[in-house]
Amino acid sequence: MTHAAVKPAPADAAKKPKQELSEGKRAERKLGLLLCAPAAIVMIAVTGWPVIYSIWLSMQRYDLRFPNQSEFVFLDNYATVLGSGYWWDAFGLTMLITVVSVILELVLGMCLALIMHRTIVGRGIVRTVSLIPYGIVTVVAAFSWRYAWDDKTGYLSDLVSAGALTDKTAAFFTVVLAEVWKTTPFMALLLMAGLALVPDDLLKAASMDGAGPWQRFTKVMVPVMKPAILVALLFRTLDAFRIFDNLFVLTPGTSSVSIQTYNNLIKGLNLGIGSTMSVLIFITVAIIAFIFIKVFGTAAPGSDPGGKR
Amino acid sequence: MRSASRTARGRRLVAALGAAIIAMPLVAACGSDSGITINVYYSPEQVFDKVVAKCNQQANGRYTIAYNKLPREGDGQREQMVRRLAANDSEMDVLGLDVVWVAEFAEAGWILEWTGQHKAEAERDVFPGPLSTAQWNGKLYSATKNTNVQLLWYDDRLTPSPPKTFDEMISTAEQLKKDGKPHQILLTAAQYEGLVVNYNTIVNSAGGHILSDDGKSVVMDEGAVKGLEILKRLASVGVTSSDLTSAKEQQVQLGFQQANSKAAFQLNWPFVYASIKSDAPDRFQHLRWTQYPGVIPGQPSKPTIGGFNLAVSAYSRHPQESFEAALCLRNADNQKFQAINESLPPTIQSVYDDPTPVDKDKPADEKTNPTMVMAYPMKDAVFESLKASESRPLTPAYQNASTVISAILSPPGDIDPPATAARLKRELQDALQSKGILP
Repeated sequence: MTHAAVKPAPADAAKKPKQELSEGKRAERKLGLLLCAPAAIVMIAVTGWPVIYSIWLSMQRYDLRFPNQSEFVFLDNYATVLGSGYWWDAFGLTMLITVVSVILELVLGMCLALIMHRTIVGRGIVRTVSLIPYGIVTVVAAFSWRYAWDDKTGYLSDLVSAGALTDKTAAFFTVVLAEVWKTTPFMALLLMAGLALVPDDLLKAASMDGAGPWQRFTKVMVPVMKPAILVALLFRTLDAFRIFDNLFVLTPGTSSVSIQTYNNLIKGLNLGIGSTMSVLIFITVAIIAFIFIKVFGTAAPGSDPGGKR
Repeated sequence: MRSASRTARGRRLVAALGAAIIAMPLVAACGSDSGITINVYYSPEQVFDKVVAKCNQQANGRYTIAYNKLPREGDGQREQMVRRLAANDSEMDVLGLDVVWVAEFAEAGWILEWTGQHKAEAERDVFPGPLSTAQWNGKLYSATKNTNVQLLWYDDRLTPSPPKTFDEMISTAEQLKKDGKPHQILLTAAQYEGLVVNYNTIVNSAGGHILSDDGKSVVMDEGAVKGLEILKRLASVGVTSSDLTSAKEQQVQLGFQQANSKAAFQLNWPFVYASIKSDAPDRFQHLRWTQYPGVIPGQPSKPTIGGFNLAVSAYSRHPQESFEAALCLRNADNQKFQAINESLPPTIQSVYDDPTPVDKDKPADEKTNPTMVMAYPMKDAVFESLKASESRPLTPAYQNASTVISAILSPPGDIDPPATAARLKRELQDALQSKGILP
């Protein structure tokens, strides 16, 4: 809604004929660019170069163990990776984990946010305590989950008969559970910030008009919170897509796209294939971000036109 | 004026101080240069630091060996070394290589060839099987430190006469299960090298081949399919533990020695002898061992050779001293010391018959100063196994081949012998040329 009202403004500004800049203004702008240049160059060197280099590597046959056999193969590596069942298995699993865990996190996070928002006694403590799982290093948390569910010695292993980490389906849910447990507080925190945006007057007015709690939630709170919800979803989706630690520790042998890339790059020392995979991950992440921003209209941080001069 | 010169002097002082701070590590480095440090990167072993200390004493100040412990698991060890070698790291001197890595490291040019006097010393009196794992393309690239071969460990209360073949072992386990006794067969079947080792042994024992002898092409003959059938049957008749698909060496050993163990057999390396002796004295009383079960009745198994070799990094700044240090760390005395204290099988043949105790000057004693016979009672079984043993396919792409095999064989219960064999054949062909992707 706000978007529609604001969007035309920059477009109008662009259409206006360019004003002649005064000498001083131009010098000032030049100085500004010069002052920015070092930072921009460092940024390009640090973030741009690795990306370009991995795209370059992805078009080569380059195995560190056979340095003499390196050659330029153009898109062969992409054909190899995209034609491999292993890649698509890993891709499917990563997507499944991402979707299932993000949906669960959204629902639970919303509940948690509502509870925290309404808490009157010890609000600070409640918020701090609920953030503890998010504060634990993922690898450490993953190990504690593994010890808990270990088939022989785990103190929770008797709860399921199938073997929480050895049976395929059970292991999938254990991993999702570990992910959800860890990142729900983060989701709740972002959603709570969104909840703060909902004016009490709106809710009061709605209830005067006879709206029940569920109607107030779906018709008033959710639309107002939409930007916060979408940002939370975007962050968590991108995060969940990169899943590594939990899978690596809990179910060795299961591959997400990140683990497979790591296996090919570090274990297999195959720079060509590994780079191809990382470029594919990069493209997937870009597509996910694009869908969120263009289709759902998520506001990227800093894109508020009010910030422009 | 005065104040200006004072600030200048102050600035100079600050600059001098800064320079001193920056130069300090350099000066310190120069200071320690009078004594050469040989950095050994090796997997964690209980008594290896004592071996290092002995060799330091023998070096008599010419160099000091520093023992840097690598991660416990093979994949982690290899990963750290290849990562650093690929970056030409000169801080590594002597490398502890699993026997299957030598070809890869040699082909990549990361380790030095052994020649002349050093070569002669490293080859003297070594079993031919383990020695072949130290070579690549007919040249010697490492010195054997210890070999290894899996045995069948059992409890003589349950099975006074142990099974000789897999079929026999499975039916014995089924019978024990019917009688309500501990019956499980424990083996390493998680998706990693341990599963490949078991599969390789079964295939070799069935007279089959996974790869050709030169490691360049895939064979997957009848014996290889027979191996798949055995693994499948073993995993699906209900005589293994519930954590079969995540079992590594440690879990297998713990599963056998824990208080209410349901295990009757374990297929594992000799290190379990020392572990069970100290951790489960009750079970130890009845612990027995024999050769790994075979496939064809009347023929002994051909177990897979394991163990470690020591190589010298191509980027080492002190190659001469590194060769000497490596030779000391694996000499006959130290191999005997580690065999007795840690059950690590020696690669030097004469050690097995060595009648003298660890400390030659003192009388032999079961507890304080044992001989090979006293502390290493499975030495004959190991000796016999080693004579029949076969190494894993020697190829620089072993890591790829092994990753593919373990991925396809896991979980063993899902194996469909002819289809799995066809898939192995297809994907191994790619893996050998480092084409295709690793799962």
